[in-house]
Amino acid sequence: MSGINSEIAFTYINTNRKLTAVAAMGILLGMAVYIFMNSMMAGFGKMSDDSIFKVSPHIRIFNEQKISQPIATDTHGLSLLVNPKIRNTQNTILNPNRLMDLLKRQKNVSIVTPQVSQNVFFNMGMSQLSVRAVGIVPIEAEQMFSISESMVEGKMENLKHNLNGIVIGSGISEKLSLKIGDNISVLSSKSVSRIFKVVGIFQLNNKKEDDSKAYINLMAAQQLLKENNAYITDINVNTTDAYQAKYIAPQLAALAGYKAEDWETANETLMAASKMRKIIITFVSTTILIIAGFGIYNILNMTVSQKINDIAILKAMGFEGRDVIRIFVTQALVIGMIGVVLGVLVALLMVNLLQKVYIGGDIGYFPIHFEPLKFVQGIVFGLVITFLAGFIPARKAAKVDPVSIFRK
Amino acid sequence: METALKTENIEKYFYDPVRFQVLHHVGFEVRKGEFLTMAGKSGCGKSTLLYILSTMDTDYSGKLYIDDQLATGKTLDELARIRNEKIGFVFQFHYLLQEFSCLKNVMIPALRLGKRSVEEIEHKAYQKLEMLGMKEQALKPANKLSGGQQQRVAIARALINDPLIIMGDEPTGNLDSKNTQIVFDIFQELARTNNQTIVAVTHDNDFAKKSDRTIEMLDGRIIN
Repeated sequence: MSGINSEIAFTYINTNRKLTAVAAMGILLGMAVYIFMNSMMAGFGKMSDDSIFKVSPHIRIFNEQKISQPIATDTHGLSLLVNPKIRNTQNTILNPNRLMDLLKRQKNVSIVTPQVSQNVFFNMGMSQLSVRAVGIVPIEAEQMFSISESMVEGKMENLKHNLNGIVIGSGISEKLSLKIGDNISVLSSKSVSRIFKVVGIFQLNNKKEDDSKAYINLMAAQQLLKENNAYITDINVNTTDAYQAKYIAPQLAALAGYKAEDWETANETLMAASKMRKIIITFVSTTILIIAGFGIYNILNMTVSQKINDIAILKAMGFEGRDVIRIFVTQALVIGMIGVVLGVLVALLMVNLLQKVYIGGDIGYFPIHFEPLKFVQGIVFGLVITFLAGFIPARKAAKVDPVSIFRK
Repeated sequence: METALKTENIEKYFYDPVRFQVLHHVGFEVRKGEFLTMAGKSGCGKSTLLYILSTMDTDYSGKLYIDDQLATGKTLDELARIRNEKIGFVFQFHYLLQEFSCLKNVMIPALRLGKRSVEEIEHKAYQKLEMLGMKEQALKPANKLSGGQQQRVAIARALINDPLIIMGDEPTGNLDSKNTQIVFDIFQELARTNNQTIVAVTHDNDFAKKSDRTIEMLDGRIIN
């Protein structure tokens, strides 16, 4: 029964090869562009996220500085405190070791490491440079930020072995013409001056970071601030899945009693830009696929009009409405299938070729990846559109009243 | 005597452009194995009546029985199944599916019915084509045949499921006298030897006269 329906469908396809080819070509292009653009977007997204993870932990826990609040207000609602200020003593985390132990025991948490950040001056003869010195535990920070990957000179390991070691950004090295093994005098905000030895130079291809960031040992950072080893300003946490961070952050905040900021919040502008990009690409690629669907719709509508006599005869011979629908939907799906298969092949080819294109600069190789999910999405979406594009004219065909055709 | 087809009090209206009654109180019976023709001037309602009898037109009042079963009020799909199994059609304009071979055209209703294997159906289709003297043309595409040949293939197609009733709407209307005679002989043969019922609309008086019985219509009524 269904055998004859598809046989009729295939006969129509065979006798209308040109139209079939045109419609399939539309789907082919739509599919290829959809998969290609989405793969490219995924590649860009991954690249931009990766560059964020080189400087941002998934979650940063810190004590947010607050304006001093009066302990009590008088009955007239006037503040008892005039000229309130940020309380400077508040920006540290109390009992950090216990908190870090607690955080490490949480599931979904992979790395927990302390950090002390401060602004310092690099003094070199007459020149002075303001630098953000980040005190870290080298092994843990290496795990978190993969600093080694961006090292152009020296080794991260040397920082671990040398309490007075410092790893500086490439911009600083250029400005002060510092090389591995050179000494630099560092002046802190607490007027502590100390000589550090350059053990490494990193380049993140992020000018702001390269020009003003330096890594030192946690203990050295504490000493620069005249603080003891319980003085921690931030606890950096990495989760097992970076994209779950925004859900885990509030849990950690509740647990720690301090503010926990996930990386997406910390890099709001970057995230907003990538969101915009996603919306535009999704919109454009979906539209292209839908337009390809219109191609099938048009061609099937034409076939239905051409074959209206055939439809009337088939109905007279006892074909039911659903048989007629099957005939035309089969036709649409075959066209769609041809287009989808060829479209996937073209997309694979394009992704493969572009992967090998070297752009250079910050980007390196063209950031496009083979994204199986995008392929599956494209295929499913392509077939759904094909089905709809076939179903609407098919339903029209099924409603043809044979008597009105025969009486003409 | 068994009845193949029976109507009771069938009335039909056309609404476009104005309400107009096409059929008045039409009631008659057709025996099994009878060769019936319906004659009358054009516009008398004979084709309209045929399409009601064929179950394709369901917009009427009254009752229609096919093979002693009430067809009136059944769903479109149920009616399609009745047509597939019990009714064969021959139209004035041969109406073959142009993209298929003659053989395929003949096979389609049987393939739709799905009661036999493809091999059996093909064998049977060859038999029917042979009966109509069309076996040599079986594998030609439908649009390569002459009008008379196409009509014979259409008749073979109408016969493939061994229907109870064969209906024709001016089946010879488009044919020359030689082919008309051939078609008439085939119909008579089917009625006599296979006990199949023929209901044909015609305005060819000779054709009507030679049939077993003629229903004459005027202005939507049976007058004879």
